[in-house]
Amino acid sequence: MSMSKRRVSTSAPHSGWRSASRAQRWELRLYVAGQTPRSLAAFANLKQICENYLAGKYHIDVIDLVKNPQLARGDQIVAIPTLVRRLPPPLSKIIGDLSNTERVLVGLQLRARQ
Amino acid sequence: MAKTQHTPRSAVRGLPKCPTGIQGLDEITGGGLPRGRPTLVCGSAGSGKTLLAMQFLVRGATDYREPGVFMAFEETADELAKNVASLGFDLPALIRRKQLYVDYVHVERSEIEETGEYDLEGLFVRLGYAIDSIGAKRVVLDTVESLFAALPNMLVLRAELRRLFRWLKDKGVTVIITAEQGNGTLTRHGLEEYVSDCVVQLDHRVTDQVSTRRLRIVKYRGSVHGTNEYPFLINERGFLVLPITSLRLQHPASTERISTGIARLDTMLSGRGYFRGSTVLVSGTAGTGKTSLAAHFADAACRRGERCLYFAFEESMHQITRNMRSIGLDLQPWLDKGRLQFHASRPTLCGLEEHLATMDTMIETFHPHVVVIDPITTFVSVGEITAAKSMLMRLVDALKLHQITTLCTSLTAADGALEQTPNDISSLMDTWLLLRDIELNGERNRGLYILKSRGMAHSNQIREVLITDHGIELVDVDLGPSGLLTGSARLAQATHDRGEAVVRQQEAERRQRDLKRKHATLDAQIAVLRAEYERAADEVQDSLAEVRQREQRTRVGRAEMGRHRGADTAPAVRPTPRVHAKGGRQ
Repeated sequence: MSMSKRRVSTSAPHSGWRSASRAQRWELRLYVAGQTPRSLAAFANLKQICENYLAGKYHIDVIDLVKNPQLARGDQIVAIPTLVRRLPPPLSKIIGDLSNTERVLVGLQLRARQ
Repeated sequence: MAKTQHTPRSAVRGLPKCPTGIQGLDEITGGGLPRGRPTLVCGSAGSGKTLLAMQFLVRGATDYREPGVFMAFEETADELAKNVASLGFDLPALIRRKQLYVDYVHVERSEIEETGEYDLEGLFVRLGYAIDSIGAKRVVLDTVESLFAALPNMLVLRAELRRLFRWLKDKGVTVIITAEQGNGTLTRHGLEEYVSDCVVQLDHRVTDQVSTRRLRIVKYRGSVHGTNEYPFLINERGFLVLPITSLRLQHPASTERISTGIARLDTMLSGRGYFRGSTVLVSGTAGTGKTSLAAHFADAACRRGERCLYFAFEESMHQITRNMRSIGLDLQPWLDKGRLQFHASRPTLCGLEEHLATMDTMIETFHPHVVVIDPITTFVSVGEITAAKSMLMRLVDALKLHQITTLCTSLTAADGALEQTPNDISSLMDTWLLLRDIELNGERNRGLYILKSRGMAHSNQIREVLITDHGIELVDVDLGPSGLLTGSARLAQATHDRGEAVVRQQEAERRQRDLKRKHATLDAQIAVLRAEYERAADEVQDSLAEVRQREQRTRVGRAEMGRHRGADTAPAVRPTPRVHAKGGRQ
């Protein structure tokens, strides 16, 4: 699997989940540095969560900083991997391999913080 | 003072050094920071860490052709550029010329959720990209420990920082890492654990409401270094650790002499005044004419066509020019011609080091031939005695190095010993003029004498200082029978002396006249006596002649009578004047 700035998107409409965000489009960016096991795990975890919770209205950009180091500046990337929720606002970041689904959902503000 | 200093030459033999371009720091460190290694610069908030680091990069880029990366964790590139613009650093231009790369790293804790494992590869990528894009040789991380506040996982962070410093070393770049000072530790988060090659500590302390910045090399692995605390400054020229090279006493000594501005004082200094490039101290109690003496000196320099820089710490320029006009010294033309420049400020305006740096800057820009510091004693009010002395020493050395003749005035406390200066600055001085009050007969006069003047024969006499409407005049004091006389006592003594002289003169003349008269009387008496004598002598002669005649006649008569009687010849009878008795006896 190549992840260099790959776009993963689904277009199938998904109904019955949180009507307020129905029309919203989720733009996510996953920053990685090379294809390390941690990066691959992060991508797999993200994909899974998106399919489960944002099916049909998300869009993932995977940015490999080894290939495009200049892109790290824009989103203030320090930790790898970092997931950036670009849209909808507000901007939020989740760092780590996204293995804890609960915390990812909290980070994406799909679930309220306990 | 700096006993441990050494020449930058040692850098050649030992560890390769990376010059910081910061005046003074390269001297303390013997050539700069360890090349290819990280250096930790720690200090409290506002101690100048960022500035030191920025100057390291800017000087590296402009003076040593070593591009640099500034990774800022606290300020944006714009803010940084604005902050250092006042120091003359044009960051945008350096960035355009690819001599500098500023990356602002900002991690907002509230925006971050942590799930699972991560590392700081993003930071490495950014730094690596920045270094490669301009071929950087120098890197600054300012202040990397703000990551501790942003990232929740300490273990990961520590491991990653350790890896980062290792990685930077492998890259061969010279790095400055700044860190906030912790409570009782060098850094708040123990960064000194990772950066062990060189640690520089900055300190900003306030003593008696005056702030002083100090720098100390805590550690420098593989190199000797100055271990003292060195004062430093941040001014419009940037970061400046105070000059210590001048402490080597290598300044040249001129044999040229320059006038003091007072002819009589020149005379006292073997006729030719001060040595050029020497340091003159004029000390005295309040109101003894120190500033006037200094103004004469300044005036004389301007008259020669030289430039004079006048540091006034007690009076404003206008006050000095006005006051000097009252004694017939007009300094205004020299001000107009640009030969004289005043710098008047309160000594408490800033710390000693800042004063020194200001003076240094002014000296470098104005290139004066002579400098007046009026008075030098006020610096004691600014700092501690030792600090003031070391500052003055640096100043004097700097001035001597430039062959600038300096006149410093020093106020002596009225109750203090006259021949004592605060902080013992006299040992720094080549010539020491002492002005003193002479109190006598209910008035106060000024006296001047030369306490010392290195390298020339000088007068040992006390002169009275007269401040007239045409400047200072030195006159001889009167050494009357009752001691030193000055002022009206001197005048009175002079009058008195003149009176006495007249009396003595008259007395002598009278005696002479008496003698003449006596002589004349004597002559007259002699004449009378002589006349009497002569008369007596005449009488004696007369009577003698008469007696002889009579005797003659008598003898003749007797002979005739004898003949007449026919008597025999009788023995001669003693003639007597009693002629009639002769006849009676017969």
